[in-house]
Amino acid sequence: MQVRVAFRGRWVAVGMLAPSMLAVAIFVYGFIGWTARVSLSEWRGLLPDYTWAGLANFVDLFADRRFHIDLVNTLVFTSFFVVGAVTVGLLLAILLDRQFRGDSVFRSLFLFPLAISLVVTGVAWRWLMNPSTGERLSGLNLLLGTFGIDPLAWHTTDQPWGIAWVALPAVWQMAGFTMALFLAGLRAIPEELKEAARVDGASELQVYRGVILPLLRPVLLSALIILGHLSLKVFDLIVAMSGKDIRLDVPSIYMWTTTFDANNYARGAAIAIVVLVMVAVLVVPYLAWSLRREAEL
Amino acid sequence: MTSVPVTIAAPAGRRMWARSVGRGLRFGLLLACAAFFLLPIWVMLITGLKSFDEVSLARMWELPSRINLDNFAAAFERLAPNLLNSVLLAVPAAAISALIGSMNGYILSKFKFPGSDLVFTLFLVGMFIPYQSVLIPLVIFVQTIGLSGSLAGLILVHVIYGIPITTLIFRNYYATVPTEIVESARVDGAGFFAIYRYLILPLSIPGFAVVLIWQFTQVWNEFLFALVLTRPQTWPVTVALNNMAGTQIVEWNVQMAGALLAALPTLVVYIFLGRYFLRGLMAGALKG
Amino acid sequence: MWRRLVVGVATSALVLSACQQAAAGEVEVFSWWTAGGEADGLAAMVEVFNEEYPDLTFVNSAVAGGAGTDARAQLATRLQQDDPPSSWQGHAGQELIGTYVAASQIEPLNFLYEEEGWLDVMPETLIPLISDGDSIYSVPVNIHRANVMWYIPSRLEEWGVEAPTTWDEFLAIAATLQAADVTPLAIGFQWTHMHLLETVLLGSLGADAYSALWDGSGDWGSADVTAALETYQQVLEFTNSDASTLEWDQAAQLVVDGNAAFTIMGDWAEGFFKAQGLEPETDFGWASAPGTDGLFQFLSDSFVLPVDAKNREGALAWLRVAGSQAGQDAFNPIKGSIPARSDGDRSLYDAYLTSAMDDWASDTVVGSLTHGVVANDAWKAEIDTALGLFLADGDVGAFQEALVAACAEAGPCS
Repeated sequence: MQVRVAFRGRWVAVGMLAPSMLAVAIFVYGFIGWTARVSLSEWRGLLPDYTWAGLANFVDLFADRRFHIDLVNTLVFTSFFVVGAVTVGLLLAILLDRQFRGDSVFRSLFLFPLAISLVVTGVAWRWLMNPSTGERLSGLNLLLGTFGIDPLAWHTTDQPWGIAWVALPAVWQMAGFTMALFLAGLRAIPEELKEAARVDGASELQVYRGVILPLLRPVLLSALIILGHLSLKVFDLIVAMSGKDIRLDVPSIYMWTTTFDANNYARGAAIAIVVLVMVAVLVVPYLAWSLRREAEL
Repeated sequence: MTSVPVTIAAPAGRRMWARSVGRGLRFGLLLACAAFFLLPIWVMLITGLKSFDEVSLARMWELPSRINLDNFAAAFERLAPNLLNSVLLAVPAAAISALIGSMNGYILSKFKFPGSDLVFTLFLVGMFIPYQSVLIPLVIFVQTIGLSGSLAGLILVHVIYGIPITTLIFRNYYATVPTEIVESARVDGAGFFAIYRYLILPLSIPGFAVVLIWQFTQVWNEFLFALVLTRPQTWPVTVALNNMAGTQIVEWNVQMAGALLAALPTLVVYIFLGRYFLRGLMAGALKG
Repeated sequence: MWRRLVVGVATSALVLSACQQAAAGEVEVFSWWTAGGEADGLAAMVEVFNEEYPDLTFVNSAVAGGAGTDARAQLATRLQQDDPPSSWQGHAGQELIGTYVAASQIEPLNFLYEEEGWLDVMPETLIPLISDGDSIYSVPVNIHRANVMWYIPSRLEEWGVEAPTTWDEFLAIAATLQAADVTPLAIGFQWTHMHLLETVLLGSLGADAYSALWDGSGDWGSADVTAALETYQQVLEFTNSDASTLEWDQAAQLVVDGNAAFTIMGDWAEGFFKAQGLEPETDFGWASAPGTDGLFQFLSDSFVLPVDAKNREGALAWLRVAGSQAGQDAFNPIKGSIPARSDGDRSLYDAYLTSAMDDWASDTVVGSLTHGVVANDAWKAEIDTALGLFLADGDVGAFQEALVAACAEAGPCS
């Protein structure tokens, strides 16, 4: 619904937004510009070297086998992670969307994983997901064994599915926050709307499908964007779980090792730009569509 | 004939029974989820209570032979000054960035000026920038404005990089708030700030809860910027915790004790803010 | 006359205070020694430093993290800001030279070596490996040996095998061990695979051919290298299947627990075995990695002098302590390594370390790849990627091609 704004209010609004726009312009887009410039250079040592290299770094990247692995892994990981975190988060939010004794304990419990350093929880999950069999059975495989389930290879499964298992600890960490997002969103839905639907004879399930879930769409957008951007930045978890094993490599790890371990700033910048462009190609159309739908509501 | 009274009473009884089954089911599901969530924390806890020679993959599930709080005490001793730094860092950073996000979200959700969608999109795409690739220019910038090594510089950086996500969360949260409320207030003659202060802000409690939870956690647990923008006296707890690990042989018992300890203040924040989740819209706002 | 006296006193006072100022102030040192024996060893060396230079304050800016990756990132940002510390720790050899000398960030130290007489006490074979041409660029504090194979003697007896002296012998006993449900070789994360690779290369090629690979005179595409890589592949078949989830010490734990027979790891592993309550020689044993008897594949932690170092006099003071007998004998016994100097006090070192000191004095010295001696960072990273891809697909031909390409890209090969 178009909100018609009084003339003065509009300028105040823009004015209040201006500092943020300036900050983002400099610290995000200004630095992206710098990164782009470096990606077109030959900077390969400690000292900045802006010699023009054209698209050489990008050409090299697209022939780079390690980068191919990175891209596939990112796709797999993001899919499992986002779907998992949204599903579990929504489920938990629905389960906790009313007051009962102990509800705050559950809420805090589900949020707690978010608070703990991923480096350390990554190690705990590495132990849990240990794939040894036979005498050295340990971790979750040991527990599964008591239920008669065969030991799993977990994240040591062959490429590309190994990284899908890494989504498990990632979901564990983030589902609580997704739950929080949905809980806040559920709270914002006026009770009257739900009551009206119930009075009209809708079952609880129909109330969810017809009233609640559609109204949660903006919150879902938040969740997707947040989870999506996190999945691209995931670093500590994977390093803690795999010790920089190439089979679980992702762009953020490649970017780090190539910039700070190998001093190849040009290639690191190129990786950053490629990832950013891919994200923009995916996110911008989705956002445009989502914003337009909102306007139509 | 004698069955008639029973038939009348049955539907109400069945609804009651269905409700308690539903409640039981819900509780059961919650407990199952809780068990899944607790599992790694349990592993970390029992490891944190063990002495070094008991820590091994083979003995992962074994309980410690005796409850050994030494690790927690040692961790606390090493981390205490840095915990304070983290508090001085995370509280202002989270609060300021939440306020900014709230204001931005209000603007972008209720004022459709030309370009507002573009600005919003640009904010969001900017979220995807990897911190590692901006490290060098950022460090130079912070040094140029003279805040290198101080917590103030790190707070500024976190506030700025928090703008996209806090704006996103608030904007989409306010999008669920019915526009009639704002419209009727404007018709009544309320200006930009009045609407924000008296209308939007009180409705924002759950939104603030979410944003504060996120920003506090992010700032508290962030390592990279903390590493390069502060000096040993101003190191937050993440850098100190990482140092506890050492480089050669990691003593996971001490490390896990330390990680749990470092996570406690954040947990306290969650518990405190969790209360605000179930605050709904003000009943009065919808009338008229 | 009075005026001349006053001027004389004033001048000498000024000169004296200038000297004192030069020897006073803070000395900020970066390292990655933040915990355990490393931190304790550093603290002991700092004590020596404080005794000899009471006017200097040592500022410990150590940052932990996988072979210093975080410390180096932080250092990179400091250097970008033109704000170097007084000194930093780095692995002696190409890791330092390829990165910092290439960027003109550190100074040559030949003058210091002459002043302190270090050329007489450090092995001849070491000096060229830590120099670029004739310029020596760092002060090595300790020496670790990479090509060591560890085992539990009593268990080997149980299984009826002996520590192999060549890779063929290893492959021969591997079947026996597997039949007894024992993993012949325990290994861990990808970097430990690189560590194994370098010992296999050394064992298969010998010292001269191995060293030739690193200075551009050798041929990575040769049949000898192919044979070495094939041996490597065969050896890997006898390692534990969960290797990618284990740290090096968890792999060593397999040996302790009797689940594996051998592990090849640098001699910091000794600290691990001792921490398990095992005694050198009686409870745990060691041998040169197969094929490398008489060869000392070394790595060294060392300190540098930055160009425009903060408090240059203080930095030099720290370097003097790092290269001194007192400093090295304070640090090494606690850290679990041997001094780079040949005149360490043997009574301070345990059974393994004294045997290592003997080897260091008599063996042929070659450099480690994984720990930064023979290859610069960019080259090592290329090799690491090639290795990772090989571990994923097992293609020796592709691996060798990638190694050839890596040397051409980032190394001295043309």
